[in-house]
Amino acid sequence: MGRVFRFGDDIDTDVLAPGQYMAAPLDVLASHCLEAVDPEFAGAVQPGDLILAGRNFGMGSSREQAAQALKQLGIAGIVAHSFGGIFYRNAINLGLPVFALETPIAGEAGDSMTLDVEAATLTHDGTGAITRLEPLPDFLITLIRDGGLVPHLEKRFAARKHSQ
Amino acid sequence: MPMTLAQKIIARAAGREAVASGEVVTAAVDLAMIHDSGGPRRVEPILKRLGAGLFDKDRVVLISDHFVPGNTPQSQEILDGARHWAKQRDVTFYDSLGICHVVLPERGHLKPGLFVVGGDSHSPTGGAFGAYMFGIGATEMAGVLATGEIWIRVPETIFIEWTGRLGPGLTAKDIMLALCGRLGMDGGRYQAVQYGGDAIAHLDMQERMTLANMAAELGGQTGLIAPDAVTFDYLCAAGADPDPPELWQGDADAVLDEHHVFDADALAPQIAAPHSPANSADAELYPDTPVDVAYIGACTGAKYGDLKRAAELLRGKSCASGVTLLVAPASRRDQDRATAEGIMAVFEDAGARILPNACGICAGYGTARLGEDVTCISSTARNFRGRMGAASSKVYLGSPYSVAAAAVTGHLCDPRNLLAARAL
Ligand code: SF4
Repeated sequence: MGRVFRFGDDIDTDVLAPGQYMAAPLDVLASHCLEAVDPEFAGAVQPGDLILAGRNFGMGSSREQAAQALKQLGIAGIVAHSFGGIFYRNAINLGLPVFALETPIAGEAGDSMTLDVEAATLTHDGTGAITRLEPLPDFLITLIRDGGLVPHLEKRFAARKHSQ
Repeated sequence: MPMTLAQKIIARAAGREAVASGEVVTAAVDLAMIHDSGGPRRVEPILKRLGAGLFDKDRVVLISDHFVPGNTPQSQEILDGARHWAKQRDVTFYDSLGICHVVLPERGHLKPGLFVVGGDSHSPTGGAFGAYMFGIGATEMAGVLATGEIWIRVPETIFIEWTGRLGPGLTAKDIMLALCGRLGMDGGRYQAVQYGGDAIAHLDMQERMTLANMAAELGGQTGLIAPDAVTFDYLCAAGADPDPPELWQGDADAVLDEHHVFDADALAPQIAAPHSPANSADAELYPDTPVDVAYIGACTGAKYGDLKRAAELLRGKSCASGVTLLVAPASRRDQDRATAEGIMAVFEDAGARILPNACGICAGYGTARLGEDVTCISSTARNFRGRMGAASSKVYLGSPYSVAAAAVTGHLCDPRNLLAARAL
């Protein structure tokens, strides 16, 4: 369960992870996340909050800090009309659930919603309205459940060592 | 089953007879390219955590370009870290020799049929050589470096055909800005964009690289151009050992998901207004827009051919008063060639400031970052808000001709007028 932040189309990676702070530590970078479109965002966001956005969320560069900054701030999931392809891969690889959904979702910024990754549903806690999302392929759910690619590979490498 | 070029390359990398669009396969990576920003400093901690070495040190290339020349303590530290890592991991390293997407092919690392990942979003550039090359983030790169493989959803192919011939004063950048405007920045739907047609066949390799590079701006996963004699000759000269071009062609009856046809003869120079490459329109439609900075730089806008075109227009001229012309040649090799041919002298005579062979302000790095309220025309690929400097700065995108023309006149304009005056 988390509060919803809403953003429009074409939120790019330079807005998510501004070039100017790219050499800085992640918490500093994250504190400037999205400030060009919403200067209050980084300060206001709480762990478990969700983002609803328009088309092409995370378009632009391959900088993973775009997804990392959101995760660092505690964002628990993103539902957008579409995603920048690399951002989409990065988010999953970091264990940040992302769902593409063509149809608009009813709800205001600040409303409370619950994202169920395995069931692929988004529930509006106030109205009880349930939005069905396109389920992720099993191995991506496993990746997310493992906490992202690195913990997933850790398991794999540990298993490999074990069998040697 | 007939296959597209993308499907053929992925099938080969996945060790399969055939693959179909939409299926998810695991493919073996032939080559992984990383740079100083997304590379060692980000992948090494993950490799350590996994207790993993490189899957094959001879299939990894490191190129420093983002934080070059290291003019702050932070960026110097990042560069030193990259240098140390290259030694320790014993990989091929091109240090401060230019922007990764230009250096990789110029040093002969690419060829048709390869399945390649790059730790940078403009990695589709490699598609110009008939390789399936795409960008990934650092965590995923660490996974590739540790395992030598990656999952991929076999893409559909969006075929973009340009008939006719580009006229004088027109470039690949004009094609791409026009495409961004017409198809939108998500028009590529993270599928394989492939370019073809008469107009493309007549472009040299560096112009084709601009097309493939900016498949990223179309939202494609890669930007392919099937190899031909032009590709073959370039690669042989670069020291690669390419297969004959016939081996890496899509089947004529393969299913294309979309097929767009555009007429190169009808194209006018394009300029994209802030803050999106998709805001493009004919260059002549921007009257009375003065510029403060004209930037010729980036992997997509400052290769040898780009420098040559800009100089064609600038020769014997100087910048309009109040305009700062910045030139950051995309690679040392291209700059050396431009110097030998008198091209760099043209820029210097025009009053340009020459910057290092690096990403520089294209990515908002370095000392030349745009200040508050500065208006810039740039030959780079992206003009997102704040990317090249202050959030209040405004960046217009145009071809090297258009950037040079604005530097000379002090405002945005159709460069063909100046080129025509030249020819008289
Ligand atoms: S020059 Fe610009 S677009 Fe090219 S790799 Fe560097 S930052 Fe990216």
